[in-house]
Amino acid sequence: MTAAVDLRQVTKSFGAHRVLDDIDLELAEGTVTVVLGPSGSGKSTLLRTINHLEKIDRGQVRVGGTLIGYRQVGDKLHELSEREVLRQRSRIGFVFQSFNLFPHLTALENVVEAPTSAQGRDRADVATEALALLARVGLADKAGAYPRQLSGGQQQRVAIARALALQPDVILFDEPTSALDPELVGEVLAVIKELARDGVTLVVVTHEIGFAREVADTVVFLDEGRVVEQGPPSRVIDHPTEERTRAFLERVL
Amino acid sequence: MSTTSPARTLAASPVPGPAHRANPPGAASEPTTERPTHRGVEKATALTVVPRRNRWTWLGVAVVIVLVAMFVNGLATNPGWDWPTFGRYFATETIIRALGTTIQLTVLGTVAGFALGVVLAAMRLSANAFLRTVAWGYIWAFRSIPLIVQLLFWFNIAYLYQTISFGLPFGPSFGSVSTNDLFGALGAAVLGLALHQAAYAAEIIRGGILSVDEGQREAAAALGIPRRRQLFRIVLPQAMRSILPNAANEVISLFKGTSIVSVLAIPELFYQVQVIYGRNSRVVPLLLVATVWYIILTTLLTVGQYYVERHFARGSARSLPPTPLQRLRSRWAGFGAQAGPRPQEVVR
Repeated sequence: MTAAVDLRQVTKSFGAHRVLDDIDLELAEGTVTVVLGPSGSGKSTLLRTINHLEKIDRGQVRVGGTLIGYRQVGDKLHELSEREVLRQRSRIGFVFQSFNLFPHLTALENVVEAPTSAQGRDRADVATEALALLARVGLADKAGAYPRQLSGGQQQRVAIARALALQPDVILFDEPTSALDPELVGEVLAVIKELARDGVTLVVVTHEIGFAREVADTVVFLDEGRVVEQGPPSRVIDHPTEERTRAFLERVL
Repeated sequence: MSTTSPARTLAASPVPGPAHRANPPGAASEPTTERPTHRGVEKATALTVVPRRNRWTWLGVAVVIVLVAMFVNGLATNPGWDWPTFGRYFATETIIRALGTTIQLTVLGTVAGFALGVVLAAMRLSANAFLRTVAWGYIWAFRSIPLIVQLLFWFNIAYLYQTISFGLPFGPSFGSVSTNDLFGALGAAVLGLALHQAAYAAEIIRGGILSVDEGQREAAAALGIPRRRQLFRIVLPQAMRSILPNAANEVISLFKGTSIVSVLAIPELFYQVQVIYGRNSRVVPLLLVATVWYIILTTLLTVGQYYVERHFARGSARSLPPTPLQRLRSRWAGFGAQAGPRPQEVVR
């Protein structure tokens, strides 16, 4: 069975600084992977290489077996055109730390936009689906609201519905609760947990250790651009073998 | 005072007794110091708040009223303004037709200028160095050349190129047209105004696009929204908020700036007025005719600007404030019913 997300020897530098150093990861379909690590460890960059928001210097990224961002010719990778990259991205959901909802569009218009313009689907069909998705994240009554009329937690839930509307093979979450007030974190995590139960493949960068322990199938601990340790939460969080993992967990727990 | 008194009571008692012993005596022994303070607080909450008034404002208002009255009086009594002549020419067919030409030049210059401006702004922000350089060069050139020189150049293009031929560069020609047939004075004017306008519009639009949070474009890209759609559906509508005030300036200045094409002997408003006062020497009333028309149309543009800005402000506030018209209407409704003007519910 092909892995949902497959990273091989992914390497990326910003100038002289190597952010990702020879990363190998294989995430099975329907699993939840939580990426932990200190700030500056390359977590977000790693996530952004999966949908080619960041270009990589070496290695390869595959989602559902398809090479992302490049075309292989012989032993060389040629970067795809922007149009082709955009088409690939519409199969990969992405949820940002700062929501990035479109403020001039209503919640419903935010959800409907990409399926119609990126996937060319029928507007009426998508709108029906979008209303169901908003109901699924508990915002059926907010379809006509503009993002600024919503709380942070509600905005992030709209953003999750917007990602789901593309019917993606995998959804990437980049610190989805870091910009939220503490009392709003729970409602967003609850939505993500429900997705996990439904068997959507999820990759979540977060600082919520409790969430990782409860929901993750695999925890990946990243430091200085390298995978230090990975495995089920019962091992990586509760009985880490690496000193760096232990030191990090002591600081955040 | 009241805060120190219980402490004093405590310090005075030789044995630190239990809390219930320390407090009741404190409250009982010094009722006179507690009560007035308490009553003072109650009184303060009952005081009426008087908003700060600036009496100098009234002096300013008085001075301005006097000055305006003097000016209006001058307009009415000074025969030099020659209102009868103004009235005779204000709505004549010649003036109205000239006004039409002015509006036509403004509309064509604006539409073509801003259409080209969007393309140039997108090129300036492109990742492609070639497109960036071309757009930069265009903006540099057309902001450097005075508009009047450009207009005269297009008007006299036939002096440089009598015919325009279509064919291979330095090779055979497939056909040609006479430059004078291709565009006359009006065509030259529109071309000049539009090319000039595009350079300025491009920079205004680029500024607006830069004011939109980078996360917006990134979110659109992450969702796979096609490039052009990202620009026209996601980025530009948000950029419009900072583009519009500047763009309105440009349109209004272009509207009055069309008077510059009088050098091409195009019968627009200002040229026509000059022709008439050249004939009858009534300079002031005829300049007044043009001025009043410019004022009327600029006012209409300003009102239009208000509503267009309001349209693009949707989603930017929890609810939009009522328009002057809505405020007026709710005030009228307020006279009928007893309720005063109510704040507008969420618009749209």
